[in-house]
Amino acid sequence: MSTKFLFKNAQLQDGTFADIEVTGDLISAIGVGLLSEGAEVIDSTGLIALPGFVDLHTHLREPGFEQSETVLTGTQAAAMGGYTAVHAMANTSPVADTAGVVEQVAALGREAGYVDVLPIGAVTVGLEGKQMAELGAMANSKAKVKVFSDDGKCVHDPVIMRRALEYVKAFDGVIAQHAQEPRLTEGAQMNEGAVSAELGLAGWPAVAEESIIARDVLLAEHVNSRVHICHLSTAGSVEIVRWAKARGIKVTAEVTPHHLLLTDELVRSYNAVYKVNPPLRTQKDVLALREALIDGTIDVIGTDHAPHPIEAKDCEWNAAAFGMLGLETAASIAQEVLIESGKSNWARFAEVMSTKPAEIAGDVEVGQELEIGSVANIAFIDPAAKRTIVAESASKSINNPYVGMQLPGRVLHTVYRGYLTVRDGVLASKGRN
Amino acid sequence: MIRNLLSGGDLSRDQAIEILDVAEGMANVNDREIKKLPTLRGKTVVNLFFEDSTRTRISFELAAKRLSADVINFSAKGSSVSKGESLKDTAQTLEAMGADAVVIRHSASGAANVLAHSGWINGAIVNAGDGTHEHPTQSLLDAFTMRKRFHGSASQGKDLSGLKVAIVGDVLHSRVARSNLLLLNTLGAEVHFVAPPTLLPANASNWNATLNYSLDDVLAREKPDVVMMLRVQAERMNASYFPTEREYSRIWGFNADRLKQLKPNAILMHPGPMNRGLEIDAISADSPQSTVLEQVANGVSVRMAVLYSLLSGERASDVN
Repeated sequence: MSTKFLFKNAQLQDGTFADIEVTGDLISAIGVGLLSEGAEVIDSTGLIALPGFVDLHTHLREPGFEQSETVLTGTQAAAMGGYTAVHAMANTSPVADTAGVVEQVAALGREAGYVDVLPIGAVTVGLEGKQMAELGAMANSKAKVKVFSDDGKCVHDPVIMRRALEYVKAFDGVIAQHAQEPRLTEGAQMNEGAVSAELGLAGWPAVAEESIIARDVLLAEHVNSRVHICHLSTAGSVEIVRWAKARGIKVTAEVTPHHLLLTDELVRSYNAVYKVNPPLRTQKDVLALREALIDGTIDVIGTDHAPHPIEAKDCEWNAAAFGMLGLETAASIAQEVLIESGKSNWARFAEVMSTKPAEIAGDVEVGQELEIGSVANIAFIDPAAKRTIVAESASKSINNPYVGMQLPGRVLHTVYRGYLTVRDGVLASKGRN
Repeated sequence: MIRNLLSGGDLSRDQAIEILDVAEGMANVNDREIKKLPTLRGKTVVNLFFEDSTRTRISFELAAKRLSADVINFSAKGSSVSKGESLKDTAQTLEAMGADAVVIRHSASGAANVLAHSGWINGAIVNAGDGTHEHPTQSLLDAFTMRKRFHGSASQGKDLSGLKVAIVGDVLHSRVARSNLLLLNTLGAEVHFVAPPTLLPANASNWNATLNYSLDDVLAREKPDVVMMLRVQAERMNASYFPTEREYSRIWGFNADRLKQLKPNAILMHPGPMNRGLEIDAISADSPQSTVLEQVANGVSVRMAVLYSLLSGERASDVN
């Protein structure tokens, strides 16, 4: 006898209200006034039910950097954030550039049982940008890799980038580019602008991102392939992607929660919790990114969840690591930008947090609309809640730039393949298996 | 009074003038036969240098010793600085040993701020140069030197209102330029930066200064009272900031011809050490208008005044 839940009276993304019945790992009924015999009833009045979130950009750090995060703790953080799938970036040690490593990461994800862990393969061997990794072997492995990225590093050699874009067409893959011209960003520490001039920190100019995006959308057009731009951070990048989409180029774009909320003014504290790559930009950039997320120029929110141990941040700025946490706060920031602003709606929220990332990655069992027969991956949000962010969380690390801030909304329940990984805001002590 | 000295912008006009006035008194001590005051007896000052700078270190050391403080020189260069934690570990070690003031020199911009706001250490923090950010005691000694030259024995209580200061050279990477900009703004002087476009920030919109490419234009147009030449660091020369040293010297270097264009009472400053023949020629450097050696002497007086202001009396508990 499989488990059965009845979530009563939740609001759906289109604004209507319904009961959702989950039997085993599937959604078995959706409707008003359902009477599910033998089901455990969970009153969901006041909650929004959305397709479980899908992150296209997560650093789980295992293998190799288990002092920062493990697949278990990272996926627990994901579940707390309403996620039911994460795409694990390749910059582990060893690098996820072979079928063996991606299969290992996927297996660790299954063992943990909190979300689907979908490994991203490296584009080049060792992320060194010199020789293409065995993309076909990773695509044909049990991990079925479709997304490839050297994230953390840019595939800067135009010939390698062109070949990779062409090659992944063989298995409908996509290259996710970390757009950063390396020569223009040697030693770069923060956004190049008025604040970097004052602080005496080496600048990371917007043009270093925009020039690579411009090149890559043209390459994608030339070879008729798909390119996904990771963590867009500047107003100029938005303009280029908008132009490319209007031209019919197959480009998709991602923005991180932190680039939607935080600016380089925070760097004045020299607190390395604000050190991230690409760097926090200006208010003008934040506004352009928000607008682009709302109008569809930017397709998805990807967290770039990047855990680091305390010692990597508790030091002088130049010595600190780049990156910040994101999985447990992303939905609140999406709510701030899309809902609290009054400029968008929950249907768009579901697109940017769930269905579109799954579509870009070619995922089959995650990011499905809430329909009868869909895999039961559901996030229940209490949109009326306000929470003050604290450092302690499910993640193993505490490099969280939002500590002390008040953010709207809270993930109350997360249903992962019919199993409550989070219930009433509390993480299940065991995963699904 | 202030708790730490991290930036040339930390001081209000009155606070800055007070430090300069105290430095006048310290300068008198330095002219005596017995160059020592008992003011900081029993206090410990640590010179924490993560980067070599013999001149700055001995200037602080002399300043602390003339005030009878105990001085410890801690050279952390060559240790595992790149590991990051060493700044924290070092700070906590010094705290455990009871340092009353830490004078820190570090290659990372913001290192002094991190030390001051980390909670690792309670002692007063003096920024003796952090990366390409600031060097506030240099700006104080420069202001002291200007005031002395322009107001002489009537310097007490005066600011630098009306002075036009041209700061010339690698502004982009210069901590001297940043600290001087802030302190000179506070004291009422006008700042005109002159540099090749490659050595100015891409966006200086928050700076209260003019940005110029031509030294000759600024000399002709502004008739500056002060020309401050910045040192060109060797690592800039091979990074395409300018084509050759000769070309730099020709366009942005100070030389005998340009010296002739200065007003008779104008002064020529350099924070040292000079690259003679590059940013300044020997005739200019050794001319009566050059204040290079006065700056060195004044550095000791100003640093005495800073240590005195930070360490005499009860330590304020509020965080600056």
